[in-house]
Formats: sequence, structure tokens, C-alpha cells
Amino acid sequence: MPSYAVTVTVAAAGAAAMLFTAIAAARPPDIPPAPDLLVSLPPGTFQYRVAGDFNREGRPVNAPLRTVRIEAGLSIMKTEVSAADYDRCVAAGACAPRADGEPGRADLPVVGVSWQDATAYAAWFSARTGERWRLPTDAEWAYAAGSHFKDDAIARDDGAGAVSERWLARYDQEWEQQGFDRRVRPHGAFGANERGIIDLTGNVWEWTNTCFLRQGLDATGEAAGPRTVNCGVRVVAGEHRSYVTDFIRDVRAGGCSVGVPPANLGFRLVREEGGFLAGLATRLRRILGRNA
Amino acid sequence: MFNRRSLMKVVGLTAVAAAAPAAAAQATSPAAAPAQALDVSRLPREQVELVAPPFIHPHEQATKAGPKVVEFRMVIEEKELVIDSHGTKVQAMTFNGSVPGPMMVVHEGDYVELTLVNPATNSMAHNIDFHSATGALGGGELTLINPGEQVVLRWKADRTGVFVYHCAPGGPMVPWHVVSGMSGAVMVLPRDGLKDEKGQPLKYDRAYYIGENDFYVPRDAKGKFKTYDSPGDSYADTVEVMRKLTPTHVVFNGREGALTGKNAMTAKVGERVLIVHAQANRDTRPHLIGGHGDYVWEAGKFANPPQRDLETWFIRGGSAGAALYTFKQPGIYAYVNHNLIEAFELGATAHFKVDGTWNDDLMKQVSPPGPIGPTKTGAVSPLKPTGKH
Repeated sequence: MPSYAVTVTVAAAGAAAMLFTAIAAARPPDIPPAPDLLVSLPPGTFQYRVAGDFNREGRPVNAPLRTVRIEAGLSIMKTEVSAADYDRCVAAGACAPRADGEPGRADLPVVGVSWQDATAYAAWFSARTGERWRLPTDAEWAYAAGSHFKDDAIARDDGAGAVSERWLARYDQEWEQQGFDRRVRPHGAFGANERGIIDLTGNVWEWTNTCFLRQGLDATGEAAGPRTVNCGVRVVAGEHRSYVTDFIRDVRAGGCSVGVPPANLGFRLVREEGGFLAGLATRLRRILGRNA
Repeated sequence: MFNRRSLMKVVGLTAVAAAAPAAAAQATSPAAAPAQALDVSRLPREQVELVAPPFIHPHEQATKAGPKVVEFRMVIEEKELVIDSHGTKVQAMTFNGSVPGPMMVVHEGDYVELTLVNPATNSMAHNIDFHSATGALGGGELTLINPGEQVVLRWKADRTGVFVYHCAPGGPMVPWHVVSGMSGAVMVLPRDGLKDEKGQPLKYDRAYYIGENDFYVPRDAKGKFKTYDSPGDSYADTVEVMRKLTPTHVVFNGREGALTGKNAMTAKVGERVLIVHAQANRDTRPHLIGGHGDYVWEAGKFANPPQRDLETWFIRGGSAGAALYTFKQPGIYAYVNHNLIEAFELGATAHFKVDGTWNDDLMKQVSPPGPIGPTKTGAVSPLKPTGKH
């Protein structure tokens, strides 16, 4: 049975936090201090529309709505990772180069990156800062997005309509929401949400760590029956939710030729708090590696 | 707000516009007298307002009236157009402001009388070559006009079909003007309408006109598409790209995504939809994903019987074709150039949104996607991340 609970590592103890601060203070000069880089959200509970394809009695239906608790709060990047930041990872030999030959700008989000690229960046950034960074899960992203999260349920969902009705409704809904202009805009162009997190629903979609899920539901909306998880396809969050193969950098069109593709693929990271010992170990490894 | 969609609905045999019955009665049937005997000055005249594609001006599918002179007016407009979602711009040249230019519909035996206007704000000479017309390089020789001039050309529609028209101002200007957007289409209908291979009448409930254009946009040293201040500035670089014969964009209706999303074409289950496809420069192969061509005039000429039940049809560069299809199933259909690289990488994709009742007999998802059962053969393992590049 699937579990929709989202758990975040338990927060650090006070003494540990001091050590953590000492490590953070030693971070490379091009990486802003945490308050400028991150938005820290308190623990909370929210209604989450699960990502994936769901069916009941063989017919596609809306994903279930679950109550999810973000137990330890969430530290998430205020803006998407910039092209200039990504290029530092490329220069270090830890990330694949971008297709765009231009020098990456600090005021523009990086786009044209795959889940694999984003994951490589998170690993490099973690080593560089001695902290633990990773892509958010889709639920964490939704929690951070708050009012900017777009519920992708469609209005008619009695399960009785034909496949084509859902299909047409989704087509209209996605096109209603999405502008057509794919040109990347500077950070902040699409505004901030009530938590001060910027550009959540612009024309850059963001990779998450959540794998594609196909799940049968029973009459009460509980998971029942067949279930498939495909981690070769990850959820991308943004103006509307999408599912993209992890090595794809530019989604030309949806899987069935007619879906509305994400205009651009980028990402932001979350920092796992309380992982200071692991962070210290990473940092030591990095220092030792450099000296070797 | 002017509703363009209201104009695309074509009503069976209902007369449209200003076909004056009294004047029509004076006209001589083309079968009764040789063309030379017709006094064109005595024929009834009709002014038709052109509409931008993919829509077609209101028209009769068949007519009992005699021939007439159908007057059209097109203004040539040189202007910058965005042709993809990345904001790539071209210095376009257009008939009447749209790429492709608007479609003109007449009946066999009618006369097309075109007033072509080249405003002083343009920078170049232009003309028009109608593939449907006879003589003088399709009219090109008689219509070359400078900025600040206009010309009136009349030609007789002496054969039926869908045909390309394009600008052809001489020498190297010809392909450049065409791939800058200057092409459109004419439909000459049989006076008694379309017919199937057995001679039985065929009618349509809606008609769409899809013009396909290939663009050749130069790139800078870093691979980015260049922009130019005027058509003249873009000429040398553009010809260099053209000579490689590899377009940077292949699009329907002038830009990537022009016929998708909010601009998707619409139809209802049971409706007969005529799809005219024109390509002035380059071969293409339309395909309706999830549907067919019930009746297809691949070469576009209605004196030939239509082919039946095609999956994909071939439009030769420099021609137009027509396909008639009755939608049988609701949903989204992709209408593509089935060189799928051109459809998905270069832009040649349109969508139809079709409303109606699903027919389980034609198709049914017997069992939704799910884990592989014990009695089934074959094994599928989920894609796994392959690590670093």
C-alpha cells in the first residue's frame, strides 16, 4: 500500500546548530548566506493532490486529496537555481554542460536541464557547502507553493464520462493556464507567493524527486488494486503538473502528441536540516579529496 | 469582438454574400458558349472579404447560378513576425498580413479579379503567381508592383481544384519571398460541388485551410537565431541558410503552435470536415493522428476521383491538396506533417478538438495500464536513471 506521508528529517539540537553555523560560515564566497538563499517554512499540515495517474474500476479519475504533514518544516531555495550557479558546477566538472553556449547569467534561472543534471548539481552543491541539498518531493514543492499550487483535478470526475471527456477537459485546462512564451525571464518576473518564494508558476517548470505513480483506487478513494511506480519518470511542478523522463532536457510535446508540455525545465533545491554530522562528514571528505 | 470561428462554418447549399439573382439570370452558362463569347463586363460581380487562415470566407459548395466576377483585394504587408515560442523573429512578407495568405474560393467558370496593393510603407516590389491561372507566369508578369502602387488582375477559373499562389518577383527574389511567407491558396469548386469516386455528391460541414511554411532563419556564431531590422538586411544570411535546403522551422499557419491550444481547430463527431493543405515550396505529408482521410485529392484537383481511406497523403511542394474526413470519435487529434521530426522538432503540428460521444465499438481500453499479469508474456522493467552523462 502506498504511503502518502511526507517526513522530513528531525531538526537539529541547539549545540549542533552552533557547529552547523560554523560550517555554514565557511561556505564559498559566491554562495549567499542561508537567509538570502532560502525560505524556511514552519512545520505544517496541508491538503495535497497526490501526483500520478489514478483509476477506479478501470476509468481514469482525479488523484486523491490527502492531508499531509510537513513534520520538521522545510528550507527551500527562494529562487530557481541560476544559469551562472549551474555553470560553476559545469566548470567543476560535476555537471553536464548546457546546450546554450552563452555564459550563464546570475539573474536567469537555468533551463534545459534534466532530472539527472539537477541531481548532479545537488550532489555537487552539497559537497561544496557541506550541507545536504536535494530536489524537493512534489508534496514539499506543493507545501512551499501554497496558494501558487495549481490543483490539476478536473471538474467533472464522476468516473462515468468517457476517456475523451477527461482528455478534452484537461487539454482546455492546461492551455487556459499556460502562456505560450518560452523566453526565460529574470528571477522575480513571475512574482512571489505569500511565503516569499519566487517564480513558482512562471514558464520554468521544476524537477522534483517524486516518481511517476499509477494506482487503482477503491470507491472511497483509498489505494486499492494494481500499482506501478516508475522512477525513470519524475514529476515536474509548475503552472501545471507534468511527468517527464529523467534524461529529457527540453519537452517538445506531451507523451500523447497533444499534451501541453512544460515550456522550460529547471529546478530549485531544498536543504535537509539537522544533517549537520553528515554535512560535516561530506565537508571533510571534500577537503580531504582536495588535498589528495 | 469579431468572432473568426463564426466564419469557418460553411453551410451546405445556402447562398452566401451578395450573389444577385437578377444579374445571375443574365449570365451565360459556360457549357452553352465558348469562353471568348462571354462579355465579362455584363457578368454579375461579387465582392468577397477575405478572412485569415485557417478559416475560409463564406461560400457556396455548389451553385445553380451562372459565372460571375469575384472581386478580392489583398494588401501586401512586410512586417516582423514571431514564428516560435522562443520568440524567434523573421522579417516576413505577407499577403494581407497573414502567413499563409488568405484562401480565395470561386467556382469553375468564374473570374477572379484581384486588386493587389503594395503600400508605400513596404520596401520591395512584389507580385502574384496563381497556379490556378493561365498565362503570363500565372499573372506574375502582369502584377509586379512597387511600394506605393496597386494592380488589378483578372483570370478565369477554367479548372477545378485547390491551388497555390505565391509571390514571384523574379530571379533569386522568388524563393526568398516565398519562404518569407508570401504564399496562399485558391479553391476552385466544381459548379455542382465535390463528388466521390462514383460521381456522388460530397459535402462538408466545416472547412479549414492549413498553409505550411518552411523558414530558414540564420544563426549567429553562438547558434542563436539572428534578428534583422529589415527584409533587405536579412537577405544574404537567409539565402545562405536556404541553399542548405534544411529549414530551421516547418510550421502551420505561420508559427509554431498557431493551431494548438486555444487556437486548436474544432469539430463535432459526425461532422464532415474539409482540410485543405498548401505548401508552396517543399514536400509534406499530412497525417491526422487517430483519424483518416476518407476522401483525399492528394494532388488537389477535383476533376480526378478522390482516393479513399488514406492514412497519410503527400502534398508536393508547390501544390495544395484536400482531404475530407468525418470525425467518428471525440477527443484531441493531432494533425501533423508525418515527418515526425518536422512535426515535433520543427513545429509542424496542429490540433483538432472534437466534441461528441465516445464510441466503444470503435475503440475501448479493455483494461487500464497496470502491472503485468502472471499469464502475460514479456517483461518490462522501469527506466532506470543512467547516471551522469
